[in-house]
Amino acid sequence: MNQTSHTPTAGGDHPRPAGAVQGPQRRLRLAAYPSLLAMPALLLLIAAMGYPLLTVTLRSFSDPAWGLQNYVWFFSTPVNVTVLWRTFSIAAWVTIVCVIAAYPYAYLMTAVGPRLRLVLILCVLVPFWVSGVVRTLAWVILLQDSGIINSVIRLLGFDGVKLIRTQTGVVIGMAQVLLPFMILPLYSVMRGIDLRLVQAARSLGARPARAFLQIYLPLSLPGVFAGAIIVFILSLGFYITPALLGGPRSTMLSTLVQSQVLSLLNWGRGGAMGVVLLVATFVLLALAAPLMRQRHKQASRS
Amino acid sequence: MTARERGAAIDIKGATKRYGNFTALDDVSLHIEPGEFMTLLGPSGSGKTTTLNVVAGFTDLTSGDLAVGGKSIVALPAHKRNIGVVFQHYALFPHMTVGKNVAYPLTLRGMDKPARDRQVARALDMVKMADFAHRYPAELSGGQQQRVALARAIVFDPPLLLMDEPLGALDKKLREWLQLEIKRIHRELGTTFVYVTHDQEEALVLSDRIAVFNQGRIEQVGTGRQLYDEPTTLFVAKFIGESTSLRGDAQTSGNETSLTIAGQKIVAGGKLAGGQKPVVLLRPEKLSLASAKTPLTAGQNSLTGEVSEAIYLGSGSKYQVTLRDGSVAIVRSSLEAAPFSIGDTVDLRWSVVDAKLLADDNRADMTMT
Repeated sequence: MNQTSHTPTAGGDHPRPAGAVQGPQRRLRLAAYPSLLAMPALLLLIAAMGYPLLTVTLRSFSDPAWGLQNYVWFFSTPVNVTVLWRTFSIAAWVTIVCVIAAYPYAYLMTAVGPRLRLVLILCVLVPFWVSGVVRTLAWVILLQDSGIINSVIRLLGFDGVKLIRTQTGVVIGMAQVLLPFMILPLYSVMRGIDLRLVQAARSLGARPARAFLQIYLPLSLPGVFAGAIIVFILSLGFYITPALLGGPRSTMLSTLVQSQVLSLLNWGRGGAMGVVLLVATFVLLALAAPLMRQRHKQASRS
Repeated sequence: MTARERGAAIDIKGATKRYGNFTALDDVSLHIEPGEFMTLLGPSGSGKTTTLNVVAGFTDLTSGDLAVGGKSIVALPAHKRNIGVVFQHYALFPHMTVGKNVAYPLTLRGMDKPARDRQVARALDMVKMADFAHRYPAELSGGQQQRVALARAIVFDPPLLLMDEPLGALDKKLREWLQLEIKRIHRELGTTFVYVTHDQEEALVLSDRIAVFNQGRIEQVGTGRQLYDEPTTLFVAKFIGESTSLRGDAQTSGNETSLTIAGQKIVAGGKLAGGQKPVVLLRPEKLSLASAKTPLTAGQNSLTGEVSEAIYLGSGSKYQVTLRDGSVAIVRSSLEAAPFSIGDTVDLRWSVVDAKLLADDNRADMTMT
């Protein structure tokens, strides 16, 4: 939600006369420049994100020679465009699966008692603490043709399904890894929704389903959007899960970048791919922004 | 159709609600007349809000029956009961404007837009919020939000309006003003109002009748005057208004009980049913103070004490008198020749007929203000 930060201006508003006591003035310095508080994080971001990003962008235009050749190459090679499209499509599917799985789960978290809530939170967080590689390898075991899922399906009398090295397998694995990023923002928004609003809607004559659709759902949408954006953006850059669970027909852009940079040592082309992905993400976010801008503010609950 | 006929009668019969071992409502029966302003008054956890939630349909009864307008509604879900509810925390939909909030129950009932707009305008007019239809709830003050919530609860002309401590979150001045507004709206609509509060003053200002709740039961139902002058239990007597309660060694002779308090004997008119410990209850304005020299008139009781607090109130004075047994009496006097001051030894006097003899409930004295 858009809260404007209060800027403590104790030092700035009241310029002290010359020769004022030194002590308090020193103490107020930090308060006068609140941006100082952001410095450690800012420095880290500049060093670890800004500089490499700048280098990559520069090299995409300059390696091996100045010009747009890397971008011309990217868009004139059909496989790149296909993979770019597939990357977005897989990210979209992962987001949809996460929303559907996380929404009832997050709701349950708000509805149960504190003890069960702790268990539910732990269920979300424990896999989170396990390395992504380990989890993905676990999915390899589960999803393979002779794995548990297929054994159960066959036991029930159906034909086995090809899951490993398919796009479906990649989506399942990624959704599981990214689910906490959907559940937690959803839960924090849902926790703030006053359930008496639903009661009020009932008293005014709304059937339970209608009260949910017209009152609860709209109020929970900020959480859905926040979670969806995090999941979507993280999905776009996923590398390990699609590499291990996917096959040649589910390659994502990060795999192509990896092979350009590490296998072919073609930094220019790899950089161009990264820049294309970045720009495409920004464009998409800009398109989605109006959706997230909400006019109302949550009524204060004292 | 006169205004009075628009309200529905309510009959609660033997309503009981248990949560495991805890009994929130214990065999509560209450009849409310059509168009009546009934207040459910009691401390928190006394069952008044549970009763309201049962009527609204938010809580199911363990046993008992509930009828509105002569028809049992126990089996009806909340959304089919057609009862307006105003909540303590307003419960306005934050994503809808004031106009949309008030129109919501009409939209649910499939009313067409012109009729809906008319009804919404009428309801907002009634609560004096007509200029705010395009605002969002977060842009309104607490008092304004509660008026919108009231408009939303009456816009669909329900025969019954439930209000759960609607003024609880507001400051005193606003509360007093809105009490009068609620009274006016009740008069204009003729709807039956059921109002929950823990504030006895608010209950006295608003209600036709008050039901005093305690520990899941109704202690007494009556007008404010009845509850103040003729309380049937000590709890009611203490909850409504200020009072002094006197305890002592009781002797009963014939139809009269007398109490000995720290060596002084007083007469308490009447007699209690067998085995109950008597308490003599006195309202502050029935008590007077006199110096020990003043002769006692016939039919008066007198106890000696010491003034421990004297407050000048403009219209009169209020005294706290500590009696010899340590209990404290509250006295309000409007006229006196020579005011008493702290430390004075005084006689606390009252007419036997002004005292109320009640059964002791063995609960520690509470200070209610």
